[in-house]
Amino acid sequence: MKIGIDVGGTNTDAVLMDGSRVVAGLKSPTTEDVSSGVEEALRQLQPAIGASKIDSLVIGTTQFTNAFVQGKDLSQVAVLRIGSPATHALPPLCAWPEHLLAAIGDCRTIVRGGHNVDGRRIAALDERAVAAFAREIRKRGIKAASVTSVFAPATPDDEHRAAEIILNEAPDTFLTMSHTTGRLGLLERENAATMNASLAALSKKVVRSFEEAIASAGLNCPFYISQNDGTVLDSKTVAAFPVLTFASGPTNSMRGAALLSGARDAIIADIGGTTSDIGAISNGYPRESTVSSDIGGVKTNFRMPDVFALGLGGGSLVRTSPDLAIGPISTGHALHKEALVFGGSTLTASDIVVAAGLADFGDRSRVAYLDTKFISEALQLMNVMFEAAVEKMRTSNAEIPIILVGGGVSLISSKKFGPSEIIIPENSGVANAVGAALAQIGGEFDQIILYADEPREQAVNRAKAEATAIAIGRGAVESSIEIVDVEEVPLNYVDGDAVRLRVKAVGDFA
Amino acid sequence: MSTDTVFKAADIDDLARGAAFLGSGGGGDPYIGSLLLREAMKTSGDIPLISMDDVPEDALVVPTAMIGAPTVMVEKIPSGEEAVETLRRTEQAVGKKVFALMPAEIGGLNALLPFVLAARMGLPVVDADGCGRAVPHINMTTFSIYGVPVSPVTICDEHRSSVLINAVDDLAAEHLARATSTAMGAAAIMSCYPILGRQLNVAAIPRTITSALNIGRQIRQAREAREDPIERLLTYLRSSDYYKHAYLLFDGKVTDLERRTVGGFSVGTLHITGGPGSPGLMEIIIQNENLSARIDGKIVTMVPDLICIIDRETAEPITTEGLRYGQRVRVLGIGAPPLLRTAEALEVVGPDKFGIAEPYRPIETLYGQS
Repeated sequence: MKIGIDVGGTNTDAVLMDGSRVVAGLKSPTTEDVSSGVEEALRQLQPAIGASKIDSLVIGTTQFTNAFVQGKDLSQVAVLRIGSPATHALPPLCAWPEHLLAAIGDCRTIVRGGHNVDGRRIAALDERAVAAFAREIRKRGIKAASVTSVFAPATPDDEHRAAEIILNEAPDTFLTMSHTTGRLGLLERENAATMNASLAALSKKVVRSFEEAIASAGLNCPFYISQNDGTVLDSKTVAAFPVLTFASGPTNSMRGAALLSGARDAIIADIGGTTSDIGAISNGYPRESTVSSDIGGVKTNFRMPDVFALGLGGGSLVRTSPDLAIGPISTGHALHKEALVFGGSTLTASDIVVAAGLADFGDRSRVAYLDTKFISEALQLMNVMFEAAVEKMRTSNAEIPIILVGGGVSLISSKKFGPSEIIIPENSGVANAVGAALAQIGGEFDQIILYADEPREQAVNRAKAEATAIAIGRGAVESSIEIVDVEEVPLNYVDGDAVRLRVKAVGDFA
Repeated sequence: MSTDTVFKAADIDDLARGAAFLGSGGGGDPYIGSLLLREAMKTSGDIPLISMDDVPEDALVVPTAMIGAPTVMVEKIPSGEEAVETLRRTEQAVGKKVFALMPAEIGGLNALLPFVLAARMGLPVVDADGCGRAVPHINMTTFSIYGVPVSPVTICDEHRSSVLINAVDDLAAEHLARATSTAMGAAAIMSCYPILGRQLNVAAIPRTITSALNIGRQIRQAREAREDPIERLLTYLRSSDYYKHAYLLFDGKVTDLERRTVGGFSVGTLHITGGPGSPGLMEIIIQNENLSARIDGKIVTMVPDLICIIDRETAEPITTEGLRYGQRVRVLGIGAPPLLRTAEALEVVGPDKFGIAEPYRPIETLYGQS
């Protein structure tokens, strides 16, 4: 059996799965320290687990994304770019928001070095300047660094050498080389590497706290954290590359909704405490965003599911004057204290659905004073807001269903929008955790190929086969393997034959 | 008529989006262009945007652009000194001070670079260009077609090494410039087509900066109003000066993308598999720009007409380097401005210049009547 846990802003959900069947699912409030919430969720799951053997435990967490977006718990990062005299027109982090720059600090420089597209040097690496920078890192007591060199995805030599010099001078530095976290696009890759380094201290803390929570729940099984493409990372990888977990939440909820409903093509809405995250699945996989992803105002080139976040959730504040308005401000994880039905003094979207008899939690008598006309207007407004957002995500007029999951499904009282039926699958409240439990295992192929020696079709087929073999080697079931990504980066413009070929295969856990 | 407007930092995103659209896939990543411009405008303030009529007869206007592969530019970002150096070298070569700058092509990054340099130098930008789109060769402009030579061309790299080209004709200049940019690492900045005020009326396409700004605005405002941006875009284009023949050609998903850099160009083939309402397979041939579009083998749009790939929901233009496997896209085909469709123009930018065997047929007869 498998356990899936989803740590959301409001609730920590946990499921016990036997194959694709949900044996038990529950929600428990997310705690400030996160790990005690995870521990509590596991404790509540214990009776269902009994003496069963747990094969894997997968955690989906938004902690890293939230920490970064809010600029909270971030490490100061020394940012080294290698590429001078090129690239000075756009200095490192030039488009970052002020509050994040304040957290990252101002230790950054551009040194000579880097490569051209054909592998020729722009300039020799200025090792002295790198060493001076490393001494500055040590002097200032900075614990994290990012190193980004022009054309490093094709020629990473200067990043390796600079890392060596820095670690020699300041051995305890948490160092991220850009070619390990990103692809072509200097600024986006530098941003991703710097984001990753900024999570240095937090990632160690989070991984340790999860390990402790699992151990104190008496479980002794391998544990993984889900990443944004719907596959898992082991805890060691997460500690080094926390940035890979960004946006895993929407992927988990969409995959979970697909699995719970059996739908292959659908619009999925995960209605949480603060937002409704609306996306689409096509053939069981989340539709990917075509625009570069923007995280907390910082542009990256991660592949992300295409999600529209509507500011409507169970904790959304309901304003009655001058006009009726709902959201985007929310009580967030304080819903259980602040909502009227929970004894608080804030009128929330949850209070409306309890008053309407669409949901039953808290103390309904506390909202009995709301008049029927007001309630129906508020319900109608939520439907209208929601339908407009769904329309944005629709890819065609086809009658694909709209699947609602998450803790706030009762907010939507309509049964049909246009041609589409609204489906709320069983266990919809814990779809994220189901998505996490059933996250897949990936295998990657990443090599430089000379198409002159190996024709493209043959090389791509070999890459697919090798990525598949790696996924199987890590425990994926062969029949479930799908190729989800094929990317070619040209390396040599003279004869056009060298490419860096990357392929990703994913499959289900055995 | 004097336009007498100013370009403000708040206009950057609209210009970038509109220029990305008119780039027909090429012209370089507009995001880099908008970042460069935003960084430059932090200190410069507003940039005067003047009409062609505001340029005195003998005043010198210099178009600037990047030359090379757009996929390289997103990685090897300029130092910022290249453009300043090219301008200095062009003034020396022509023997005249520059009065204003302008884009050589309104497509992508190259629509924004003259503004970046204008901010730096305190010069105005002329609301016109020499293509009404982006083109892969520097000789393929209305300047060249209608008698303004590209030489002297100055090209400069990040080391401030510069090359001055005085070629016998514009095709020779293209070959020399291309070889130079390749030697400079496939991304360099050039000044070219130094043009006098009196020549603008014959050889430049007026108000294309305004067109790009309007296209960007239509997409943004449609999103803000939660309307379908594609409908609104088509409506605008059909009422515009040059882009009346606008069609939604295809709707589907990127299912294969082969891309290489050859001789300083991004070349490739893109396959889009149709979704509901758009059965079949679209194949687009790319050489920096999108050159031809076929549906199930039948050609539906060919150069110099524009083939614009946009995100199927948001209408965000997708440039060649932004294409990815799995993207959901719509493809628009748009007739090129009339100055690019004359017999003289087709001698230079016709489909046979790109190895397409079929003779040029305008989109309105090729697709509009099918």
